[in-house]
Amino acid sequence: MKIAIEITYLVSSILFIMGIKNLSSPKTARKGNLYAAIGMFLAIAVTLLDQQVMTYEWIIIGALIGSIVGWLLAIKTPMTGMPQMVGMLNGFGGGASLLVALSEYYKKNPNYPVDFGLPFNLPVHEGAAIILSLLIGGVTFTGSMIAFGKLQGIVTGKVVKYPLQHPFNALLLLFVVVAGVFVVLNPSLMSLVLIITLVSLVLGVLLVLPIGGADMPVAISLLNSYSGLAGSMTGFILGNNELIIAGALVGASGIILTNIMCKAMNRSLMNVVLGGWATAGSSGPAAASTTSPKGDVKSIDSEELAMLLDSVSSVVIVPGYGMAVGQAQHAVRDLANILEKKGIKVRFAIHPVAGRMPGHMNVLLAEAQVPYDKLLSMEDINDDFANTDVVIVIGANDVVNPAARHDQSSPIYGMPILNVDYAKTVIINKRSMNVGYAGIDNELFYYPNALMYFGDSKDAISKLVTEIKNL
Amino acid sequence: MEGYLFLMHVYVFVLAIYVGFELITKVPPTLHTPLMSGSNAISGITIVGAILSAGMEQFTISTILGIIAVAFAMINVIGGFVVTDRMLKMFKKK
Repeated sequence: MKIAIEITYLVSSILFIMGIKNLSSPKTARKGNLYAAIGMFLAIAVTLLDQQVMTYEWIIIGALIGSIVGWLLAIKTPMTGMPQMVGMLNGFGGGASLLVALSEYYKKNPNYPVDFGLPFNLPVHEGAAIILSLLIGGVTFTGSMIAFGKLQGIVTGKVVKYPLQHPFNALLLLFVVVAGVFVVLNPSLMSLVLIITLVSLVLGVLLVLPIGGADMPVAISLLNSYSGLAGSMTGFILGNNELIIAGALVGASGIILTNIMCKAMNRSLMNVVLGGWATAGSSGPAAASTTSPKGDVKSIDSEELAMLLDSVSSVVIVPGYGMAVGQAQHAVRDLANILEKKGIKVRFAIHPVAGRMPGHMNVLLAEAQVPYDKLLSMEDINDDFANTDVVIVIGANDVVNPAARHDQSSPIYGMPILNVDYAKTVIINKRSMNVGYAGIDNELFYYPNALMYFGDSKDAISKLVTEIKNL
Repeated sequence: MEGYLFLMHVYVFVLAIYVGFELITKVPPTLHTPLMSGSNAISGITIVGAILSAGMEQFTISTILGIIAVAFAMINVIGGFVVTDRMLKMFKKK
């Protein structure tokens, strides 16, 4: 029996690996997700046959509650809400690891529940795995809930600073490590285990609270990685290879995404985690806003823009977080379709950190039925802007700021950007002249080939589509 | 023996991290959101540990923690796979 269970775990692990492998192309991705789901089903089914499992009613109750909540979240969450959804799922993953670690700690005490204060022996590696599981799981749980709150608008999306922020967090982490060593040496210190759990939960809140809204792609990717690593640690406690493998896969995925996001912002992970652009250079938002505008801003209305677009042959659309906020993805699709009907070549340029999570724009445009082969990554499109007639920037700002290329005093200097200013004409749809997340003025708006098209993204684009139809 | 087994687990962990890196660098940026939600579902594998705790013969504090963990992990499993499928259905070529 035991061998059969182990073999099933092996098969399940292979299905997870095959599942992720199939995510390498949109054509096979759905099949990959199914493979992974079958792997999970096998793992759950075979665990129920384990001889440790004696009663089923509580498992069924827990599983039923979780399934209903998960199902509702999955079918009710709109595509614009995906960052929140993923943020929340990260949290439940971390939370589950924390709970299992704590549960295993109690189980491993042979005197529990009668004389649990008596000393008992626990192999060093098991003790260490329990502490790490509590720490990573705890930070992931509360950190993700704060991230969820920020994305949902319940918690402020601003960079939050509090006195002695970094020393205090470092102290808390140090405490967990030292207390953890004590527990490993003397596993019967139950109250210390509970304090470690509590401190880890507090640490999660304090670590994510300072991170600003537009840095959320990094925070969510990192928490994704943590939720996987917490799962691996649980695997070490249980001595279960499948948990170790699945957790490691997720951990690796999160680390890679975190790295891509950081590179796309030209910032170190440390800088993001410590919070805000203001720490990036000498010029914080306050200093930057004193930079005087360079010349005049020209604006264009929907009628003029429709006429302008009537005579061009290539258009690139650059969506940003503003498109998600305005729920403008369907209007944008209509615009792309009507332009294509006129024989204009239309493509989309996606910056890696556009939106609030990796791939956010791609999912929104997929929802609006824009074919994914029209969406180009920064590397693939950047050399093409010089040959493009019109670029339409919808709700993006810092990722198209040319200052990143040449202005060494700019806080975003060095960040890879979409070179939209190389196009013949750049249309920027924005609600107002307000600054972007980095808190700096965008010199692009003052360029001679730039035209501002003011208005809420959905209204403005719909109006433009109507004007083009009326031509 | 205990230490030897632990080393074997470390072995598996290190190799799995490498496999993960190899696989995930090949996932195109357009699928990064489904990758995250899908990997969330996979990290719901903690449910294995949760079931072992929730199904114990004696009802103790471990059972209570296990039940909550089963619910949490199941949110991940069902929520993650269903929402990933919902997203992936939408990705179409022209």
